[in-house]
Amino acid sequence: MANDIQKFEFPEVKVAPSRFRHALSKHRITIRKSCTNCGLCIDLCPYHVYEKGKKRPNLSSEHLCIGFACSRNDFFCVRRCPENAIRVGLNPSFEILGDKRWPADLLSSTWHMAETGSIPHPSLNYKTGDSGGGFDRIRFIFPPDRISKISKSEITTAIELNRSGDSRPRVTIPIPLYLGGMSFGSVSIVTMLSRVRAAAALGTFCCTGEGGYPEELMPYDDHIITQVATGLFGVREETIKRVRIVEFKYAQGAKPGLGGHLLGDKVTPRVAAMREAVPGSALFSPFPFHSVYSVEDHKKHVDWIKETNPRALVSVKVSTPTDVDMVAVGSYFAGAHIVQLDGSYGGTGAAPDIAKKNIAMPIEYAVPKVHRFLVEEGIRENITIIASGGIRTAYDMAKIIAMGADGVCLGTADLVALECIRCHHCESGRGCARGIATTDEELTGLMGLEWGTQRIINMYVAWRDQLIDILSRLGMKSVTELVGRVDVIAHLDYLKGRDIHGELV
Amino acid sequence: MPLKYHIHSAPVPNRFPKITKSGVIAWEEGCLKCARCVKKDCVYKVYEKKDLDERQMLDSLDSVCMDCFRCVQGCPNRLIQKGTNPTYKALGDRYWTPEIISNIWFQAESGRIPVSGAGYGGPFSGIGFDAMWTDMSEIVRPTRDGIHGREYISTTVDLGRKLMMLDFDETGKMLSVPPPLVEIPLPVIFDLLPWSPPKEKIIRSMLKAAKMLGTFLTVRASDLEQDMIPDLPNIMLHLDRQLESIDRRLIETLRILEIPSSKDALSLQRAIKEINPSAVTVIRLSLDPGSSTRILELIRDGAEVIHLCADENGLEKAENPLFIKDRMKEIHLRLVEKGVRDQITLLAGGGIAMAEHMAKLIICGADALTIDIPLLVAMECRVCRRCKSGIECPVELDKIDSNWGGDRIRNLMAGWHNQLLEILGAMGIREVRRLRGEMGRAMFFEDLEKEIFATMGKRG
Repeated sequence: MANDIQKFEFPEVKVAPSRFRHALSKHRITIRKSCTNCGLCIDLCPYHVYEKGKKRPNLSSEHLCIGFACSRNDFFCVRRCPENAIRVGLNPSFEILGDKRWPADLLSSTWHMAETGSIPHPSLNYKTGDSGGGFDRIRFIFPPDRISKISKSEITTAIELNRSGDSRPRVTIPIPLYLGGMSFGSVSIVTMLSRVRAAAALGTFCCTGEGGYPEELMPYDDHIITQVATGLFGVREETIKRVRIVEFKYAQGAKPGLGGHLLGDKVTPRVAAMREAVPGSALFSPFPFHSVYSVEDHKKHVDWIKETNPRALVSVKVSTPTDVDMVAVGSYFAGAHIVQLDGSYGGTGAAPDIAKKNIAMPIEYAVPKVHRFLVEEGIRENITIIASGGIRTAYDMAKIIAMGADGVCLGTADLVALECIRCHHCESGRGCARGIATTDEELTGLMGLEWGTQRIINMYVAWRDQLIDILSRLGMKSVTELVGRVDVIAHLDYLKGRDIHGELV
Repeated sequence: MPLKYHIHSAPVPNRFPKITKSGVIAWEEGCLKCARCVKKDCVYKVYEKKDLDERQMLDSLDSVCMDCFRCVQGCPNRLIQKGTNPTYKALGDRYWTPEIISNIWFQAESGRIPVSGAGYGGPFSGIGFDAMWTDMSEIVRPTRDGIHGREYISTTVDLGRKLMMLDFDETGKMLSVPPPLVEIPLPVIFDLLPWSPPKEKIIRSMLKAAKMLGTFLTVRASDLEQDMIPDLPNIMLHLDRQLESIDRRLIETLRILEIPSSKDALSLQRAIKEINPSAVTVIRLSLDPGSSTRILELIRDGAEVIHLCADENGLEKAENPLFIKDRMKEIHLRLVEKGVRDQITLLAGGGIAMAEHMAKLIICGADALTIDIPLLVAMECRVCRRCKSGIECPVELDKIDSNWGGDRIRNLMAGWHNQLLEILGAMGIREVRRLRGEMGRAMFFEDLEKEIFATMGKRG
């Protein structure tokens, strides 16, 4: 199996440009009237910003311009233009984009990866956001003498999901990530299928969320995690039997302790049929599971799934209360193979703002707490910890693994790859204006399946490249060596200069 | 099912156009006059709803735009841009941020709680109340109160002194005389305002809201007017005048009175009790490092309720001031240690700006809290503080209709009440009285940072 995974062929990167007329770009180029259309800039620019035009070059890929950082280069068009006709400035609209957690740079760099499959130029900060804490203040300490003898082809990023030692199958994924639950109804079928197909191509999994198992997903059964959540919407014996992993969703980081709520407008006849409900009437997922009030009840739940599907692994998704470590131990003793910790800054289709910001703790606190506790209990080797809720970049992924997770689960990053701009209006009116989180037919039509699939593949291929680069610089052959290595990371607010030997990245 | 406390809200329109975070900039020059203009495709029909506000001569475009950027990205000649609104950025100050102000405006206008899509987009943590998180009740652990539907969650608190035991004589007759208590259905009292434009209309708006909600408005004795007399059951009279100069019948009618901070506060309390033994008395103290010592003395000498006041930014009076939540923790824990915490009620206020502050301050040890500036903001105040220097109020707060103002405040409180229920529900706690002092059900930034991050980057 390990050999198979070494041989896993990652899907090909194919360029998938923005589906809108102009990609949003950090820099704004203006070509003045004095331009003679000599074409020098087209030839000079290695980023292919310009394209031949009738009167003057077209700015076909303005978003690939690296801006002022280019002034060091020989090919800097602003200086080289014989007519001095080119000006580069910051795009004023860029300032409005994004928020503290996903600033415009992070959005743009994610779009860059989704378009090209490659790591952006450092003129875009693709490693950290602007939140002033947690991941954004944590850095890797790369050893100064980088005589890493490990060639990148020798490094593996695969992880094993079944570490329990029971008789169920081993399930190995070639990258330490899978895609989290977004229900049919909260996102469009195109979004859902794009994520599932990308997961299949990447050899990993995508969770259905709580909204049923549309038949379009069936060709991808082996790459699907089906979710059993408190509303039990769309849960059938038949769907539980189809898959290799079943996930219990006890709580969601963005709204811990609160139930789900799908507004009536989004309950179209198709959504209603899938959920066995009435079209047009709002659907509530209660909090909590009213059949579970103890670890014993919880074990009964896990046993139920194990009995229904003898080859399935069971994952338990919980959020991060103050005693999250006890919750993880409870899940282990109930027989879970995977415990997914969903941090409080995670995504949602709609939630009260008060819950997103104030209830339960960020994932950066929860993972080290749980990791340490499970190590002390002597059971860390027997369960897989998956971190989610606020993982935005390849660097976040690597940091949380160094803090004690085995792998991560993503959601928002996928949507950003599909050109979500985090306007925070997924829930209003006809749903997402960019056709991602909507069931409105016209808006759904804004996105094609091939394009969506390729964008997500491209992004994660670029993430994997970054992870390999990090492992190589740390002298590690496998991502499993990174787990819990808090000695290779430092928090900028607490590090003492003399303790650090190496470069902070 | 017994009657539940519920605040009925309904939309109450703004008087002035909204100050939005960003604006649309659309140039005419260079327009290609496309047959199908991107403006026509707007999902939110922003350009169709475009209107000129006659009063302010402002474009309504910006307040309808939802920042989807489709027109910005779609216009062939890139003639549409978005820009930040400098007026928005300039709202309030570092503590009363534009985000807080617009959040209050939204609730006062709509009567709904702020709900949005996508995950949290703000800073990791921050000053004051932003440096703590409340707990939730994960299901693989039984909770103390079990899990209840939110309609069963009570937000009622009592104000007054409590007996720790009852005495009976040999015949079984109770000898103890229980001190008076008043009950409020949500743990909020409206406080004196730190500043405001001429306040006749403002006070009446606040009083209308206090009446609808069943709580109290603090009114200075010097501000009390004849027309407010019917509303005395919802007034906490702040004695800024000699007791003797106030009509005795008023004192007899009031349910609760506040005594300004002074050395002989307790002799004034006794004087009030002689006139009206069933009134609850509150002693107002400004929050400082010596508060817990002073409170212990006051408890010993018979105080019933103590009202601790921080400044508008939630800071105590000191050279290196602590934030209200941190000082409350110290006070609460000291009183618990001395075994006297349950004898008295602690009210606290200053810097309470959002619904979560309510829950967080109660967790840190307050029984109930007092609010001031948010009441003005509910009525469209921009926290410009021009009124402090006697400059005219830009939103004419001195001229509001008190029914309108009352409804706006009611809406805000409906939103806060619902959000308090969300937090209590998430924690599995059935009544707000049990939330008080539950610091074990909260997570503090300083503790978590020390536990988790301080050890990073070290071998071994």
